[in-house]
Amino acid sequence: MSKALLTGKEYATLTEISGPLLFIERTSGIAFGEVVKVRTPDGEERSGQVLEVGEDMAVVQVFEGTSGLDVSKTTVRFTGETLRFPVSVDILGRIFDGSGKPVDGGPEIIPEDELDIHGAAINPYSRAFPSEFIQTGVSSIDGMNTLVRGQKLPLFSGSGLPHNLVAAQIARQAKVLGKEEEFAVVFAAMGITSDEARFFKEDFEKRGAIDKVVMFFNLADDPAIERLITPRLALTASEYLAFQNDMHILVILTDMTNYAEALREISAAREEVPGRRGYPGYMYTDLATIYERAGRIHGKKGTITQMPILTMPHDDITHPVPDLTGYITEGQIYLERALYMKGIYPPINVLPSLSRLMNEGIGRGKTREDHRQVADQLYYAYAEGRSLRELVAVIGEEALTERDRRYLQFADRYEREFVNQGVYENRDIEKTLDIGWDLLAALPEGELKRIDPQNIKKYHPKYRGKVEA
Amino acid sequence: MNGVGKIIRISGPVVIAKDMHGAQMYELVKVGEEKLFGETIGIESDKATIQVYEETSGMRPGETVERTGKPLSVELGPGIVGQIYDGIQRPLTSIQELVGPFFQRGVTIPAIDRKKKWEFTPADVKVGDRVAEGDVLGTVPETPLVTHKVMVPPGLRGRVKSLAKEGAYTVEEDIATLETEEGLVGLQMAQFWPVRRARPYKTKLPSTTPLLTGQRIIDTFFPMAKGGQGSIPGGFGTGKTVMLHQLAQWADSNIIVYVGCGERGNEMAEVLERFPKLEDPRTGKPLMTRTILIANTSNMPIAAREASIYTGITIGEYFRDMGYDVALMADSTSRWAEALREISGRLEEMPGEEGYPAYLASRLSEFYERAGRVQVLGSTPRIGSISVVGAVSPPGADFSEPVTQNTLRIIKVFWGLDKALAERRHFPAINWLTSYSLYYDSLEEWYSKKLGLDWSSLRGEALSLLQQEEELQEIVRLVGPDALSESQRVILEGAKMIREDFLMQSAYHPIDSYCSIEKCYYMLKVILKFYERMKAAAERGVLIKEILALPVVEEIARLKLVPVDQAEKVCKETEAKMVEQFENLYASGGRGTA
Repeated sequence: MSKALLTGKEYATLTEISGPLLFIERTSGIAFGEVVKVRTPDGEERSGQVLEVGEDMAVVQVFEGTSGLDVSKTTVRFTGETLRFPVSVDILGRIFDGSGKPVDGGPEIIPEDELDIHGAAINPYSRAFPSEFIQTGVSSIDGMNTLVRGQKLPLFSGSGLPHNLVAAQIARQAKVLGKEEEFAVVFAAMGITSDEARFFKEDFEKRGAIDKVVMFFNLADDPAIERLITPRLALTASEYLAFQNDMHILVILTDMTNYAEALREISAAREEVPGRRGYPGYMYTDLATIYERAGRIHGKKGTITQMPILTMPHDDITHPVPDLTGYITEGQIYLERALYMKGIYPPINVLPSLSRLMNEGIGRGKTREDHRQVADQLYYAYAEGRSLRELVAVIGEEALTERDRRYLQFADRYEREFVNQGVYENRDIEKTLDIGWDLLAALPEGELKRIDPQNIKKYHPKYRGKVEA
Repeated sequence: MNGVGKIIRISGPVVIAKDMHGAQMYELVKVGEEKLFGETIGIESDKATIQVYEETSGMRPGETVERTGKPLSVELGPGIVGQIYDGIQRPLTSIQELVGPFFQRGVTIPAIDRKKKWEFTPADVKVGDRVAEGDVLGTVPETPLVTHKVMVPPGLRGRVKSLAKEGAYTVEEDIATLETEEGLVGLQMAQFWPVRRARPYKTKLPSTTPLLTGQRIIDTFFPMAKGGQGSIPGGFGTGKTVMLHQLAQWADSNIIVYVGCGERGNEMAEVLERFPKLEDPRTGKPLMTRTILIANTSNMPIAAREASIYTGITIGEYFRDMGYDVALMADSTSRWAEALREISGRLEEMPGEEGYPAYLASRLSEFYERAGRVQVLGSTPRIGSISVVGAVSPPGADFSEPVTQNTLRIIKVFWGLDKALAERRHFPAINWLTSYSLYYDSLEEWYSKKLGLDWSSLRGEALSLLQQEEELQEIVRLVGPDALSESQRVILEGAKMIREDFLMQSAYHPIDSYCSIEKCYYMLKVILKFYERMKAAAERGVLIKEILALPVVEEIARLKLVPVDQAEKVCKETEAKMVEQFENLYASGGRGTA
């Protein structure tokens, strides 16, 4: 809420600079959370936000960093405004920096509205439960961990794994079956390299989709603190496009680990009591204010689906960033180094992956009636096969029973035929399920305990009289 | 007139105000120009520290803080059941009508509809009668499943001066007047109670009845008692929320209070979408008509999250006082503890373990102690209960963290969720080796009476098979399956049958989702009989492979899909077929090569 009363009050009473924080004294009437403009001794203007305010002091975090600031010549102007992003449908096709300024050389946006970048929480009662199947064309997602509209489903990856390729492939191929609707991608980069940023930009350009993309780039050499606002700008743009302009938005946020680092930096500068591994105790809540800005709303046509990407430090899923993310998001897609080393693309290990909203989006009339059961059976068989692999490593393959050997083979074929696919290979759901059946057909029929007899009769290659492969 | 203070400092949800002489701890205050609700959580001379239940950005030092002189309270009366509230009992339905799908600040809406009229029927009380706290003055049919009892509030006694006739009244109209020592007191259907104070009762009673949940592994192995305290810790993706939803759906209580505390918005949307369509298996009425939802999702203000579990349990206690069995699910207590930690951090308190405040343990035990089976207030004896089940979300699925550990010291039922089981899609992923229920001994009598004297031995045998399997698996992991004898393999097969055909239960299958305790009994009996026969046959030299090829094996695997009312018949038929097929096996000379 803007209060024009004290707008533009300027102070030269900076007393301390600590990391990204400024401490200003002898202030009065400063609002908590308001935006400040900091003028450096060189006359450059930077923006920041009030983090804490007392009767005669204020603590301000500067988004563009504090280098070059001093306590004598630097001035701070309090604007009385909260952080806002100017929106209009013209943002489609545009590229912004991490604090929302156009960097593509195009004209300034003539705003239709200026929205608070922190948004407002969606009333849980107003939410519509996500249930529309999104076909990504990637078997290990569509078949095993189905994405639905309005879901937040992150990619848990590690450094050096092809998460960017996977994300770009999903952005390229994602569609809702049987519908032609306004679809757009909002892309927010936090601390990624310019190579990675170029990769995404070129991928969107190559397929002529650049006018359906809004990009926000905070690159590795941009100020770290700016990363705290980049995803919020992207989500503000998304909410505007989805809930005021009826569009279906896929938001890609990468890399959330860099975001968390920025959060830790601010927390350390404020000398807060640290939680696990030095991350602030409120990181769960803070991440939730980002991830929860996905969903569907009763009475609104548009939707927001989120696909955040994060790299797990040392591939450790119990690290606070993936851990807290997993507690908030509706599942996760887990990329595994061992699969990648084997040459499997996408290297998705389905066992620790999960889509919590899958059940709502699949089945008769949505994908196929046998979908759930085939997925369960594939899971079971692959889990069995992988645990036998470990056994074989200890006792050798000779000691296995015939049944066990079949499961072992199943696991290998599953990785090579079901998971593995081309970067430009777009499999429809029928195809995905049929590959699944083809693999299951190699197991004794009595082992298919998770599939109803009717479905076995209907879809088992043995009864359908065709065996693909 | 209550005093007015002035804000001197703002840091997120924590505000410090001066000129607050006479402020009380946990007093409700209205903060700033927008009059946002807050609560006093610390006092130092004339300065009060306040946690604010809404977003504070835009607030300035110098704005006012109004005191109300009252603690944070919930409003109790007809109209609560079937509602969805935020952490401080504001109805989310009305908020949507008022401001649309996105929250705005400073919305004040009464928890109970003021205009709606309820059909009040006076109880057997006459003018001139002496009544005291807890006595029922009349009843209101609140929903098809809940008859609301209008009671004399705690702490009040007197002679009935007037009592409303049968008819329709709003919650604010007087339905009775009492002549008390302090003079005349008008009683309405709505009453208030401070959330941080447990509602009084006469005596606590031991728990002797199970809270049946329709979940085989719980009802059979690790039962919850009515009035009990349980906890369900598990890493993400292990199925905590699905399990709590299952309990909320199928638990045999009169009232369900479901507190979504710092969790996902879509989960509440799911409950709101599914529950109205589901029927109570015992009465056939929609489940939503016995359910109260408290939703303070992860992106809603953190101070209100801290208050939400108290709001939930106070509402639960109110229905307990009517003599009902109430079950409260809190998902998740870890998020509540994190709210506590965040506020504690802002107060710059000395941190305890992992940054949690030193009072974490005492707050947790205070909360869980509000569960119990009790003799409630009132001249005519009534018994009510509240069972509490809290989900715990340990970081990195590491159960050694403070919230899990402090919870385990209090609760008596532990359902430990296992990531390895979840990854194999064995749901519910409750680990049968680490979970426990300390109530089983006091519930055993109930089970024996209900199901027969052989229940305990069946249960014991099944648990011991699972235990033996674990030991044998250890051997297999070291030296391979070849090292096992035939009789040991029989144990593995028997245990596998219990795991896959009994313990695994699909929450999404229309029939399998709910399993009556009788069906559990019949199923377990058939499976263990099969195991006995398999053991005997193997001893006679029949190959295990041949035994497992019997058609009855498949039938046993599908018993879980048999409707509850046919379970007895089908299980007995299966048993007869089993006897026959084993006989045939012997007759056909299936003695293997031995």
